[in-house]
Amino acid sequence: MIEPAIAPQPRLEWQLAEVRAIVVETPRVKSLLLQVPAWQGHLPGQHVDIRLTAEDGYQAQRSYSIASPPEDALLTLTVERLDNGEVSPYLVDDVRVGDQFELRGPIGGYFVWTVATRGPLCLIAGGSGIAPLAAMLRHRARRKVRAPTLLMYSSRSLEEVIYGEELDAMSRGDSDLRLVNTLTREQPEGWTGYRRRIDKAMLAEVGFPPEQHPKIFICGPTPLVEDASRFLVELGHPFPTIKTERFGPTGGLAS
Amino acid sequence: MAGSPISRGFRSRRQEQTPRNRVPPGQYVTTDFPVLSAGPTPQIKVEDWTLSLQLAGSLLGKWSWAEFEALPQTTIKTDIHCVTKWSKLDTTWRGVTFDDLLKGVGLAEPPTPYVMAHSDGGYTTNLPVADLINGRGMIVTRYEGLPIPPVHGGPARLFVPHLYFWKSAKWVRRLRFMEKDERGFWESLGYHNYGDPWKEQRYDGD
Repeated sequence: MIEPAIAPQPRLEWQLAEVRAIVVETPRVKSLLLQVPAWQGHLPGQHVDIRLTAEDGYQAQRSYSIASPPEDALLTLTVERLDNGEVSPYLVDDVRVGDQFELRGPIGGYFVWTVATRGPLCLIAGGSGIAPLAAMLRHRARRKVRAPTLLMYSSRSLEEVIYGEELDAMSRGDSDLRLVNTLTREQPEGWTGYRRRIDKAMLAEVGFPPEQHPKIFICGPTPLVEDASRFLVELGHPFPTIKTERFGPTGGLAS
Repeated sequence: MAGSPISRGFRSRRQEQTPRNRVPPGQYVTTDFPVLSAGPTPQIKVEDWTLSLQLAGSLLGKWSWAEFEALPQTTIKTDIHCVTKWSKLDTTWRGVTFDDLLKGVGLAEPPTPYVMAHSDGGYTTNLPVADLINGRGMIVTRYEGLPIPPVHGGPARLFVPHLYFWKSAKWVRRLRFMEKDERGFWESLGYHNYGDPWKEQRYDGD
């Protein structure tokens, strides 16, 4: 019988975060760069809870993935405005540099990749689901690690691609990083990339074969995550190598 | 809360008419049914499905789908609360109570104070037996009168609605009695060992 390992850890306390910069990523998405003075560090893929307080004392909490790598001094949250949401429209439309709100974390220890992880890295993102995967890519780039890596990124249009220029630059300077974009609704003239939702044929075509034992991280809206993970299982990737996180209007992680 | 800074310009956009005592602290009500799983959704046919009760190395009982369906069925309408902040009100589930499973294997009392639930895909979660008996815990197979979709844990999930919903393990296949408490999957990754939404026990130390 295993001895109980139930001694509780210290509580994750609420801390004050101050917005130091705001980056407009797409018409619906902004990144908030936060200074969190007592931040203890995080692993790429982890998330935080934030808590907003209205003047009448009403509070709302939501979870957001951390998009910045542990190497950065500021903590980046990338937020997509969900029109019926309560918190995301505020964060995207109303928050200004200098504003403060509460935050606690880091949270989650499963959907995590560090340069110490062995094997190729396969990242699959839909829309703002790129955020935690960007933390992994940025961590990999900062550490100058050449683990063979693939990012398959599904966006509705080129305009909605988040971190587009940064990702392009990252892959141009790194032959071990492949970037595969698919634009599912609208493509610019001359677009030669994929123009459909991520499907089994696409995964078979560009993905790592199971024999290479890639570590797979999928983050996006539930339909994308369900489809991609099911296809990967059908292609022979073992269950435990496929880690998933859900985002967006039907994803529940943020609203 | 004392000490929380006012978020300039932030106000509630709630339109719901929900009485406050229905929603635990930090939760919001959704009419969606969000999906949160750590990996792929297992696709299990009911022909291949079994449920086992296990104590140490020995099997206390095992049901096929048909045998499980023949056990007394209970319907419950209640609210569910996910640690990712959403709550869903008045959801209806049907299945077999933990009490009826115990009766089914001829046990008058649970043999140990703790249980680990094991699921297809490798997920686990730990619970005190006290949170399963007296109608508090079930294995459910129907949601709103229909088979539970795989993405929501079908064919069968554990159902312990008074705790955060990660305790209601999807795709459950085995309940293992334990003398001593052990941490399950999320409980080993920084989430609270017990998970009472009314005490907002989201993470370790809460």
